[in-house]
Amino acid sequence: MRLTPIKSIGLTVTAFLATSPALCDKPEDLYFGEAVYYANQGFYFEALERLDAEFAQHHEVDEPNLDSLFPHIADAQFSLGDFELRYRMHHRAGRAISAVLEGAVDEMVRNDAAYRLARIQFQKGQMTDAMHSLERIDGRVPAAIEDDIEFLRANIHLAEGRPAAAIAPLENLQHSKQFAAFAAYNLGIAFLQNGSKQEAIAQLDRAGQVSASDPGELAIRDKSNLVLGTLFLEQGEFAEAATHLDRVRLDGPYSNQALLSSGWANVSAERLERAIVPWGILAEREVTDRATQEAMLSLPFAYGRLERHGRAAMLYGDALAAFDGEIDKLNASIESIREGRFLAALSREEIRKDKDWVIRLRSLPETPETYYMMELLASHDFQTGLQNYLDLADLRRKLHTWRTNFDAFEDMIAIRRGHYEPLLPDVDASFRELDSRIRLRREQHSMLVKRRDDLLTTPRPSLLATRDEQLVLARIEDLEAGLADAESPLADELLRRCQRLRGLLTWTLETEYHERLTAFDTNLRRLDEAMTVAQAQYDQYIRARQAATHSYVGYDRSVQRMRARTNDSIATLDRLIIRQGRLLEIVAIDELVARRSRLENYGDKARFALADSYDRATQAQARRENP
Amino acid sequence: MSRLDRALLSLLIAGGLVASASAEKLSGEQMRSLDGQVQEIKSDVLGIASELSNLEERLLYPSGTQIAIFVSVPADETFRLDAVQIHINGEPATHHIYSYKELEALQNGGVQRLYSGNVPTGGHELSVTMSGKQKGGTEFTETDTFTFEKGVEPLALGLTLAGPGLGKTGIQIGEW
Repeated sequence: MRLTPIKSIGLTVTAFLATSPALCDKPEDLYFGEAVYYANQGFYFEALERLDAEFAQHHEVDEPNLDSLFPHIADAQFSLGDFELRYRMHHRAGRAISAVLEGAVDEMVRNDAAYRLARIQFQKGQMTDAMHSLERIDGRVPAAIEDDIEFLRANIHLAEGRPAAAIAPLENLQHSKQFAAFAAYNLGIAFLQNGSKQEAIAQLDRAGQVSASDPGELAIRDKSNLVLGTLFLEQGEFAEAATHLDRVRLDGPYSNQALLSSGWANVSAERLERAIVPWGILAEREVTDRATQEAMLSLPFAYGRLERHGRAAMLYGDALAAFDGEIDKLNASIESIREGRFLAALSREEIRKDKDWVIRLRSLPETPETYYMMELLASHDFQTGLQNYLDLADLRRKLHTWRTNFDAFEDMIAIRRGHYEPLLPDVDASFRELDSRIRLRREQHSMLVKRRDDLLTTPRPSLLATRDEQLVLARIEDLEAGLADAESPLADELLRRCQRLRGLLTWTLETEYHERLTAFDTNLRRLDEAMTVAQAQYDQYIRARQAATHSYVGYDRSVQRMRARTNDSIATLDRLIIRQGRLLEIVAIDELVARRSRLENYGDKARFALADSYDRATQAQARRENP
Repeated sequence: MSRLDRALLSLLIAGGLVASASAEKLSGEQMRSLDGQVQEIKSDVLGIASELSNLEERLLYPSGTQIAIFVSVPADETFRLDAVQIHINGEPATHHIYSYKELEALQNGGVQRLYSGNVPTGGHELSVTMSGKQKGGTEFTETDTFTFEKGVEPLALGLTLAGPGLGKTGIQIGEW
């Protein structure tokens, strides 16, 4: 019997990989939110660029706990790992999450981080590390990931070839809302790999009957029935095999294989009439499918066994014509790939905008080369290669755009230099003059402030004298000095008058002291305001002056360095794209050549069987005519 | 079972396994070896992108005049946002028409940088117009005007857009 389903037994189901990239609640950090916005649209390069920049800025601030990213730091680090993984940067993925694990964080966050790291390591194929990360989970676990952890643990055990260890976690998940269908199937596979055939059959039987509505769960239910049917087929229990194969939905992804196997189960059980039904359905389906092509030979084979050689001969003839037509298509496809049209078709922007773009390729009449490669396109290695090819093409487009940006930047810098350089010497000269004046005013202001402060602690009325009063006081002091040595009644009289005047002035200064101090303080406060405005204008000028310089100075080296880096990267990308594209073409052509060879082989068999059927039909007719 | 039957059966059994064996071997080994180099170049280009963003920001949006306007949609909102238009001091700054994918990205926690530009320090007026459809299919357009103060530091304004409700405005603004 066909071995393909048994071979697929090793491929357990990793349903969690299909989770949505909507990773967190709405972040209050705008830049992290911006990264999520890009990631939600599948633009992981842009998401990584934004998040890398945000992390770099976060690590540079003096007080990271005041940064808006701080409350979301664990989420952001998890997201970084997710984005890297989704952008197929497995080498980098996990570093940020490791940082969460090493940090002093809450138990739940640490356990979440350990799970996410384990998931990344599992996807990177580092099973021992993945299990080690899971073993670090201790204490409280976020409820949302409890089942995910068990499912991952089971998958790691299965991937490491320890099915016995996978059984317990999978049994725990049998009632999981999220994983019940997948765990039921994987448990059957675990039993099978562990050599417990009877338990495997019983479990796969349960998995094949679970109630499901989700397309993924329905598919896994079909897969369980297909594997179980194939198991019975191998054991020679053909009726049992047919029962399970018939449970596979006719419109599901495993229906073709199930119809083919169902036919063989019935033929093996000598129920030839019953084999005709599934094979008849299958033979009418998409001719490029392997199972359909096999059914086109199997169906006339069954008719032949039923002694209906005329019908068999006719169907062999149809098959032969179909195979010849397909071989022509394959030849055209191989030629088309050699002409480079395959990669051009895969790179078409309008196709890639559709999440089911691989499926849509098949319906494009102008891309015949994709008809036969759906299985190849779905294989992991080819998908990785193809995605890498597309990523490289995207990166090259980006780099070419950036390279033209450098020219624009240089033009912009030159225009700014041309504008500012003639203006700045005069501006600087005026500024120097202004600067010295403002410095003087600042000193004067400081002196007045100091005087006011001194007066508040040590009153000195004379310091608040008006200019006229100061002149009068100075004149009195001059007169007193002049009269100091005179010894005459007139001089004494003048000295007394001077003292009276001084007394009058002192009286005024002393009695009006508080009033004057208040007025002085009020005026000084007004001056403070004026000085603040002046200082703001001064600072604004300084910033504008610095901005003028910064708008064109210091970029030449950066631009040159970046242009060189960009050119180097473009050269590397060109080399890698050619290698990657060529490799994809070789693999695609190999696949098509293999399919052509298989069809040629089928054609030879069909020709032989056609001749044989004609002979038998002729002999039967002769027997009827001459009994 | 006749010789043909057995031949046919053996052909059918073997066919599926042989078909892609060579392709798988090639893809497995050679593609994996290229994958490491692809990851390296991705890292390099991300580095260039980061440096370029920095250069662009310094050249085009100096911190003294830089303003960025972001848009988000509350998680529980069911209205369909069709377009947003922004005027600063009466002058059109930007407008954006949303695709389904972009709207979904916003509803799932994403924040869109709608506008990056320059304004001098001081007071400014921001006018935001959004149009869309309510859950029932009724079309709506709402405009709101805000004032903001631009200091010497870069300014980030966040607009939260919600469907119109009873007695509440759908456009909220916050400074980050």
